[in-house]
Amino acid sequence: MIDLPLIAAAVIGLGILFYVLLDGFDLGVGILFPFAPDHTARSTMMNSVAPVWDGNETWLVLGGGGLMVFFPTAYAIVLPAFYMPIMGLLFALIFRGVAFEFRHSATTSKYIWDRAFFGGSVFSALMQGMLLGGLIHGVRIENGHFAGGLFDWFTPFSVLTGIGVVCGYGLLGAAWLVLKTEHATQVWARRAAMVMGGGVLIAMGAVSILTPLLSPAIAERWFSGVNILALAPIPIFAFASAVALYWSLIAGRERLPFVFAILLFFFGFLGLGVSLWPNIVPPSLTIHAAAAPDATIIFGLVGVAITLPMILFYTWYAYSVFRGKASAHGGYGDD
Amino acid sequence: MPDIDVVVLSRLQFAFTISFHIIFPALTIGISGFLVLVEALWLRTGEEAWKRLYQFWVRIFALSFGMGVVSGIVLSYQFGTNWAEFSRIVGPVLGPLMAYEVLTAFFMEAGFLGIMLFGWDKVGPKLHFLATSLVGAGTTVSAFWIIAANSWMQTPQGAHMEGDHFVPDSWLAIIFNPSFPYRLSHMVAGAYLSSALVIAGVSAIYLLAGRHTVLARKSYSIAMWAILVLAPLQIFLGDQHGLDVLEHQPVKVAAMEANWDRQAGAPIIFFAIPDAEKETNHFEISIPGGASLILTHSLHGVVPGLKDVPKEDRPPVGIVFWSFRVMVALGLSFLLLAGWGAVARLRGALDSDKWLMRFSALLTPFGLVAILSGWYVAEVGRQPFTVYGLLRTKDSISPVVDAGAVTTSLTIFLIVYGGLFGAYLYYVIKMIRIGPRPFEPGADGSGSEAPGAIQGARPGLVLPPEEAARESAP
Repeated sequence: MIDLPLIAAAVIGLGILFYVLLDGFDLGVGILFPFAPDHTARSTMMNSVAPVWDGNETWLVLGGGGLMVFFPTAYAIVLPAFYMPIMGLLFALIFRGVAFEFRHSATTSKYIWDRAFFGGSVFSALMQGMLLGGLIHGVRIENGHFAGGLFDWFTPFSVLTGIGVVCGYGLLGAAWLVLKTEHATQVWARRAAMVMGGGVLIAMGAVSILTPLLSPAIAERWFSGVNILALAPIPIFAFASAVALYWSLIAGRERLPFVFAILLFFFGFLGLGVSLWPNIVPPSLTIHAAAAPDATIIFGLVGVAITLPMILFYTWYAYSVFRGKASAHGGYGDD
Repeated sequence: MPDIDVVVLSRLQFAFTISFHIIFPALTIGISGFLVLVEALWLRTGEEAWKRLYQFWVRIFALSFGMGVVSGIVLSYQFGTNWAEFSRIVGPVLGPLMAYEVLTAFFMEAGFLGIMLFGWDKVGPKLHFLATSLVGAGTTVSAFWIIAANSWMQTPQGAHMEGDHFVPDSWLAIIFNPSFPYRLSHMVAGAYLSSALVIAGVSAIYLLAGRHTVLARKSYSIAMWAILVLAPLQIFLGDQHGLDVLEHQPVKVAAMEANWDRQAGAPIIFFAIPDAEKETNHFEISIPGGASLILTHSLHGVVPGLKDVPKEDRPPVGIVFWSFRVMVALGLSFLLLAGWGAVARLRGALDSDKWLMRFSALLTPFGLVAILSGWYVAEVGRQPFTVYGLLRTKDSISPVVDAGAVTTSLTIFLIVYGGLFGAYLYYVIKMIRIGPRPFEPGADGSGSEAPGAIQGARPGLVLPPEEAARESAP
């Protein structure tokens, strides 16, 4: 018997991971935007993500849609529980999304869209991080419905995870810019990556210590019996990725910082997965209890199996068309 | 049971955000079709004018697309935030349709949009054309899935209730539900028609002002051809759709016609103030037998009445009745434009008939207004259900989200979307003001037939359009 909900959970996890990595770096570019050395650098930064941001954000739609398909009960609990941060996230994404198009058309009003791009990016990352913190902290459920308050998600812990995600996306954005820019901008991006990386490591360390303290169940999963040995590679590899990241930055490598930043995220993500397992909404709603009927999951998985390879292929192709260093000029082929 | 205010507020918020959203997909479906055509013409003929037209309209397309993306993300999450019960109960049926939209359309659009907008120097012309075509196809594929999901809410089939949620039985039955083909064709034709009206209107404004006349003449001609085909087609599709609604959602038809009693020879009502309390119409102006004739193609056919069902199962009559009239009146005015345009073209006066151009310029935004009116008929007419006959709207909302939270988010939506729409219009108007890049005629022979062509490049030499038209007339 195939464990359909487990496969579905893996697909959702993969979708969220893709979202976090891809939109993470372009949100990160927005987070770093006002700190760039000059105007030209900012235009280059914007152009480096302009052709791809839309596709990156599509993973978020897939995450929301996928959760509704595979785990409608979880979807119906999580979204009302996080009504405020989700609305905040949506408004923030609106502002930064339209900033791309409006900034391109603006002349005197460019500064408005520069601010919208920065503010929207920071706020999106912050809300996503606080959502994550709220989720780890747990959601009050009674009779299969959310039974908590509007502000349950707002805790010191969620503020910590919020700041952590802002730093994390900033790190991905900086590493992306090391890859996509040259000269002074690249030197600046390398420094930004080190600063943001520091923030990530502090936040990751704090979350790793606090999470088991917050929840005995999570502590048991990590530290009981053989688990501690089986799971030890996750923090070890995360630490190794961090070391490698700093080495690559100091050594002046161009591509490796982005690779190691991704690896650091990947292991952090795995660690969160372990903490949440077997729940989809802690502390009590399990993956299996929240799953949709088999017929729905099968239909959804068939669609994913057919389309995901194609999506990955043409996403890769779209990126490869725009490979190489970004430029401050260019755009619609008419200037 | 949740507070009634939350239901009303959540409905207002959904209605507002989805109304705002639908404008942009409608434009991108239609304009992308125009872009595919224009780029194909450019590839075939090598005429620079086509590329200029492409580059002008692709900017408006990109701006609209961006607005569509950001306002669409809101919707995919709003199902959960405000309509959690709906998502839980119906998610197993509708969730996959929406996920298929993301998988088969959104990623394709997003992947190739970058190439379409920024890839001119990065890929060859044929590959660029492929990107344009795939983005265009994506917009229509997206409509396929979302209309399938919405049609299932109108005419549900292929699933059954099990415990407290729906379980799918047949995906083919779910997707190809009875109203789906009518609604998909009506919406896609509406999107193309609205976009053609926008393109014709903007072109007419240029022609009236004597600016960019070489390009505007080309786009005006294409758009007027499209309107000539689409305006009558859309009326035919609407009629067919109406017959389908009569079969599956008779109460909606009763509301559209403000017909209270089931009757043979029901009148067609041109004006009335429907009164849901007293179950009658005030100030009614009507022609006997008209509604029966349209709906049953016989003067004595029986038309369902609102009183066929209890009061609590009826939709709000006034909104449905009036939205329907606005849509039909606009549809007829598009038909008038199409006919007028055809006559003018036969007389060789398509780009010299100033009143035709003024009429066309006037109608620029009204295709989109007609789309909105049509959606109000469809969605308000489905009330008081979210899934027609099976799930009530009041049982669909999130159980704990309170009125204060929804009021706050709705207020912010009103402010933010108002501001965004203002900015969007501002930049679109700015793009139209600036216009396509100055076009040098004669370089490739394409401008030779038009003495007015110099106007675009040198504002000082602008001829009054009628003069230019007289010169160029055969």
